Amino acid sequence: MEHLQFIIILLFSPLVQGLIKKLKALIQGRKGPSVFQTYYDLLRLFKKEMVISETASWIFRASPYIVFGSVLCAAMIVPVISVNSEGWIMSDVIALIYILALGRFFMALSGLDTGTAFGGEGSSREMTVAIMVEPMIMLSIFTAAIAAGSTNLSRIAETHAIVYSPSHILAMSAFIVAIIAETGRIPVDNPDTHLELTMIHEGMLLEYSGRYLALMEWAHYIKQMLLFTVAINIFAPFGIAKTGSITDIAMSMLIYAGKIILFAALMAVIESSRAKLRFFQLSSLLGGAFILSVLAFLLYIMMGK
Amino acid sequence: MLGIYGLLLCFGLPGGVIAQAEVLPFLTYSFSTDGLAGFFIMIISVLSFCASIYCAGYYNSGSEKMPFVLFNLFILSMYAVAAASNIPTFLIAWETMSLSSYFLVTLRGDDSSAKAGLLYIVMTHIGTAFIIVMFLLLFESTGSMEFNIISSAAETFSFSRVCTIFLLSLVGFGTKAGLIPLHIWLPKAHPAAPSAVSALMSGVMIKMGIYGFIRINFTMLISPPDWFGIVLIVLGAVSCIFGVLYAYMEQDIKRLLAYSSIENIGIIFLGLGVAMLFRSGGFYALSALAATAAMYHIMNHAFFKGLLFLGSGAVLHSAHTVNMERLGGLIKLMPWTALFFLTGAVTISALPPFSGFVSEWMTFQSLLLGFNSQSMTAKIAAPLGGAALALTGALSAACFVKAFGISFLGSPRSNESAAATETHPLMLVSMGLLSILCLAGGILPGLAVNIVSGSVFMMTGTVASPAGWHSLFIDRTFSSLSPSLILLTVMVMAGAAFIFVLFVSKRRSVRKACSWDCGIRSLDYRMQYSAAAFSKPIKLIFKRIYLPSREVRISYLLKPLFVRSMTYRGRITQVVEKYVYDKIAANISRTANRIKVLQSGNLNLYLGYILLTLIFLLIFWT
Repeated sequence: MEHLQFIIILLFSPLVQGLIKKLKALIQGRKGPSVFQTYYDLLRLFKKEMVISETASWIFRASPYIVFGSVLCAAMIVPVISVNSEGWIMSDVIALIYILALGRFFMALSGLDTGTAFGGEGSSREMTVAIMVEPMIMLSIFTAAIAAGSTNLSRIAETHAIVYSPSHILAMSAFIVAIIAETGRIPVDNPDTHLELTMIHEGMLLEYSGRYLALMEWAHYIKQMLLFTVAINIFAPFGIAKTGSITDIAMSMLIYAGKIILFAALMAVIESSRAKLRFFQLSSLLGGAFILSVLAFLLYIMMGK
Repeated sequence: MLGIYGLLLCFGLPGGVIAQAEVLPFLTYSFSTDGLAGFFIMIISVLSFCASIYCAGYYNSGSEKMPFVLFNLFILSMYAVAAASNIPTFLIAWETMSLSSYFLVTLRGDDSSAKAGLLYIVMTHIGTAFIIVMFLLLFESTGSMEFNIISSAAETFSFSRVCTIFLLSLVGFGTKAGLIPLHIWLPKAHPAAPSAVSALMSGVMIKMGIYGFIRINFTMLISPPDWFGIVLIVLGAVSCIFGVLYAYMEQDIKRLLAYSSIENIGIIFLGLGVAMLFRSGGFYALSALAATAAMYHIMNHAFFKGLLFLGSGAVLHSAHTVNMERLGGLIKLMPWTALFFLTGAVTISALPPFSGFVSEWMTFQSLLLGFNSQSMTAKIAAPLGGAALALTGALSAACFVKAFGISFLGSPRSNESAAATETHPLMLVSMGLLSILCLAGGILPGLAVNIVSGSVFMMTGTVASPAGWHSLFIDRTFSSLSPSLILLTVMVMAGAAFIFVLFVSKRRSVRKACSWDCGIRSLDYRMQYSAAAFSKPIKLIFKRIYLPSREVRISYLLKPLFVRSMTYRGRITQVVEKYVYDKIAANISRTANRIKVLQSGNLNLYLGYILLTLIFLLIFWT
């Protein structure tokens, strides 16, 4: 049963995206579309005709499936509402980062495949952001993993209830910056633009249409919710069900929903209150977050908490 | 044949003396093999087998020729290095390997390859000088030239002697392996050689440096102090970060691959460093884990780097250039080469489920477990090495998105590239074999761990924790990994997505159209992203490291609006080369210039020198 938790992420990830959009609209004083709008958009895209560039090769056609498959594989690794104390052979958090990197690799290739400047720019920038983000994700995960004595996500989630030590707080801040960068949100990337020289994620997807675009977008929503869930698992796993009883699972579901809503609200507030940074100023934001993660790690080694 | 023998040795067949012949009183040829040598012999065999098939295809057509005697001598000398069991045999084999590869590097015969060859032979002999001094020290301390006698006597070495031998071997073998800052020959020599030779040089020859290092420091010196491991971790981290940073800036595929070899040597040294650290702390099981990671990566790197160099050779053969700015769109013209190059690119980027991922994952785990060690420095150094490895992983993924994406995707950037055709079937077969090994090394980690266990046992006296055929466990509870399950899941999920799409989307029609051109209706190949542009953001972010300079020349028809032509030149500074080696070289040539006065070419003057020397000697030495 534990292995089927990914269905929660699969089904509700567009809702989380819709929720963030709605909250942003409310903060900005607009009414905003319904929280279910993302579902309608996906459905519409799935039904539309596809236009594919003449320059594109099989990489362009295979990428949506590889991206979607790898993101779902990553989702299977993450415990959502219940942990199994035995853990699962695949629940390794380092593997998780690299499975996501597999999807990113092919997405960046598909950006180059159509031979346009926008696609190339998007993939170059996506890889650049990934280069700055990856060491910081690893170090903040290392801090949590050393504290828990395992890199298995289930085990990390079991060992403590909520962040209390200074090193965890620092690591969590770095991790949240990493999530912002990975999900392409302000101040790193603007998810709402098209055809501007500032776009990163959208630039790579510019040539996609119809069902391939739907798969890519859905994969992006899944990745976003997945990263929220990983953050929750590592830094605030209280309330997650440790037994299979119905009441436990129900409680865990409620608490999880609450935490995800809080996370979505945090994202909406950050996006509404910050301006997008110039691309070449990103290095100071992400570099700063990297220093945070180094400090978190050093604190843990020096102080033991 | 030899390959099968090597594989058997890996599985624990007792090795033994193969051949022994006394030639001169001081020169006894002696060859024997054990788990460690067998492992390297296996790698050499597999890669040279593939490279030979490849050559058969490559030189089948066209005017290019290759002296196969040299090629075979090169391969044979590498076997001899791995199997040598005393000092003179080792040194002779080592020199044969260096010289034969030198001739292969200068084969093209033009100016740049001659320069590359000169740099290579100078650097490799500086390295050899250190190795000879180290062997002399070993000989002096033990009185024997036989490796097994030396290793049994090595326990009695004094602390300072152990340190000296460690440092000498690090410099000597590190030069051959291409550790930064001893790497400067590598990115020049490897691309200059024919691609099959580049594959062998990057795939196995630089590993012989690591083999020598392991032979001395793991099987002979038993009790290293803590700081050995830390030095290796720091050097490994520096090599992998700088290697891949420079690789990312290259526009030439073969040079890019050569720099990425430096990176991978760095990753291997990270693993070796942790192994040494744990061994000096007495954690033998953890040491075995780290050693397994390092040996596993040695094997994987041989296969995927061999594959990529062979792939670049195929591109060179068909499109007559490996400059990415002149390539593009090859995936449609050379579909199989593209597929194999992609396999290599995914593997070297450490993406699951391929083999590069598994060995890097194990390196991550062992670095992370470094917090178990006793000294505070090691506790901090090892996991920070992990962060360096994460940075390296992300950079090499970006590097190979660039290498594959710019050269094989998009539309052709030159006429040669547009006229490329698929290469000879034999070349495809050899690349296909290596691709299969890249995948097999990933999804069958248990098998691979078994293959390296013989050499790991030699290095640490124990073997890594048990592994199932498709999965790995670190410490039973710490973590576990199953790459084949990842492959299966990704495939099942992608298949499910495919079926889902079949059911949901009503209109199956696909319309072909040109890429979005912002309405100007004349999109051409020059509007694509170029290789230089792709890596530009990192060049600007790390400008303190690259020290880039640019030069733009514009010639006008009518200033300032009508431009006749523009040339742009951007270059980066190789810091080590400019501030260390160039200074040394300048000093040497200055000194040489001063001494030149003595050599006038006048016979009488030389006779005068002889007379003076004679008088000098008669006065002071009687």
